[in-house]
Amino acid sequence: MAQVTLSNVKKVYAGGVEAVKGVSFDIPDGGFCVLVGPSGCGKSTLLRMVAGLETISSGEVAIGERVVNQIEPADRDIAMVFQNYALYPHMNIYDNMAYGLRNRGTPKDEIDKRVREAARILAIEPFLERRPRQLSGGQRQRVAMGRAIVRKPQVFLFDEPLSNLDAKLRVQMRVEIKKLQRALGVTSIYVTHDQVEAMTLSDKLVVMNAGRVEQIGVPADVYRKPASKFVATFIGSPPMNILPGLVDGHGIVALGDTVLQVHDLRDDLPPQMPVEVGLRPEDIEIVSDDDAGSLPFDVEFIEELGATQLFHGKLAGQPFVMQAATGDVPAQEGRLWITVDPGKVHVFDPKTGVRLGKD
Amino acid sequence: MVEDRRLGDMLAYIILTIGVLIVAFPVWLTFVASTWDAATVINGHMPLYPGPYFFENYNRILFIGTSSTTREPVVHMLLNSFIMAMAIALGKIFISVLSAYAVVYYRFPFRMTAFWIIFVTLMLPVEVRIFPTFKIVSDLNMLDTYQGLAIPLIASATGTLLFRQFFMTIPDELLEASKIDGAGPFKFFKDTLLPLSITTIAALFVIQFIYGWNQYLWPLLVTTKDSMQTIVIAIKKMIVTADALTEWQLAMATAMLAMLPPVFVVIAMQRLFVKGLVETEK
Repeated sequence: MAQVTLSNVKKVYAGGVEAVKGVSFDIPDGGFCVLVGPSGCGKSTLLRMVAGLETISSGEVAIGERVVNQIEPADRDIAMVFQNYALYPHMNIYDNMAYGLRNRGTPKDEIDKRVREAARILAIEPFLERRPRQLSGGQRQRVAMGRAIVRKPQVFLFDEPLSNLDAKLRVQMRVEIKKLQRALGVTSIYVTHDQVEAMTLSDKLVVMNAGRVEQIGVPADVYRKPASKFVATFIGSPPMNILPGLVDGHGIVALGDTVLQVHDLRDDLPPQMPVEVGLRPEDIEIVSDDDAGSLPFDVEFIEELGATQLFHGKLAGQPFVMQAATGDVPAQEGRLWITVDPGKVHVFDPKTGVRLGKD
Repeated sequence: MVEDRRLGDMLAYIILTIGVLIVAFPVWLTFVASTWDAATVINGHMPLYPGPYFFENYNRILFIGTSSTTREPVVHMLLNSFIMAMAIALGKIFISVLSAYAVVYYRFPFRMTAFWIIFVTLMLPVEVRIFPTFKIVSDLNMLDTYQGLAIPLIASATGTLLFRQFFMTIPDELLEASKIDGAGPFKFFKDTLLPLSITTIAALFVIQFIYGWNQYLWPLLVTTKDSMQTIVIAIKKMIVTADALTEWQLAMATAMLAMLPPVFVVIAMQRLFVKGLVETEK
């Protein structure tokens, strides 16, 4: 068990492309850190640098007390689960799991004990003699995890391990990974582009974009107080509505003809400064049309999701989405009057995308 | 419609049968000729069924040899051909697996240059470079040796290309998983790459064994002694005789014997061979 520390880690490829532009954070011992971001944001590169599969252009990666920049992947005491599982197709499941231990010269009976224990934990005991291609995707996924477990590493690295599974299995494996990580208490880094996986698995969420870290925090904070417009629109489904507005005094922004109260707004902003106002679809409340500060929302069509409904339409001339529990709002097109709790209004700088909050 | 299909099937079978007959008839004729005595074969009225001299002819040609041009027993030539074909097939596999491994998995300066130089040798078969190659082999005192027969034919790019293409289809993650599992470059090669290449190796082996077995021009140049002769050359020598009757029944027996090893190799490796060319275990 160990903590992982990244200090100003950069990756510059031979052609001069900067894939990772100076990233620093640390993961406490036993923590579950998820790196999330759109494809090409550098999250996988970062993980591969921790694994030792990519060289580190500058900065330092430390596992425990040891800086591992120059250490071979095999000697870093890590285990990795790949997106396509990367099981050895010509070996049976037992050998797939035992291979790494054999290469380390672990005694035979110890290997046997560990492989069988991992197989028991992951419920893949009946398949030990089979070849990977005789297994289903979910079973292969378990074997890949088994291969990581038997090594008893200091750090688990997951590279989008669930993206090759179907939706149902993905949810199931997600829960299992979380349980397993809790039970084993091994520090883990998990890369994904799926924000649901990111929210549910992590106890430390790192949102990345274009080689930089946009925000680091516990998932609930990232959701409640996104540090930038990018994070605001990336985390949460359906994504946050962004509308142009103007600063209209302390804690007040104007959206078209209406003003909205905002709790978390910097006091030193010049009046009439253009801003971007973020409203989550699920934070919208319906009010009657004569309420002060209510906004007119023209519903154009409704998407049925079962438990909830999505109302698509226009607000102040901009596309807008509202989410409501089925039955709470009459499902019909036309004008609705809405408002948002002042604590749930997010304001961003339109130029830099940075949150214009207090502190 | 049922009638139509039956008619189509029958037509297909008729065409197929004609094709088989055309291909098989010369082979049958060769076999028949090898079971009669010289007089019957030569007088132009040889029957189309096997004669009574099967054991006599084959015994004579295998263990004693013809009475005129080449007096070496054919069993010895079979051995020569076998050694040459095996050396060429195995040598090519060994060299091309290693070179393809280097080209695909290592990053060294002039890697692609090295690959293209190997590639260019495709355009330089032995027939094109025959004089310089002969000179080198002769300077190295390798005339009339197995090394001289095999080594110049081992160098060629086909195998390297085949393995390169195959290695490039192996996902990078497999290499990365091996690295994390503590396998170095040699261990990755031995534990993962080679087992995955078995079918490709088998396919290459079949092709190269037959290529080696059928060599004519090169063995003709570098062997002068009867004891180093390959069976393909021997057939030619048996047929062209200066001042004696060609012992056709013996030449035909030799031809039959020369056909057997490649046939065995193909039959034995057929399943692996087809697998190696059409599918990959991934």
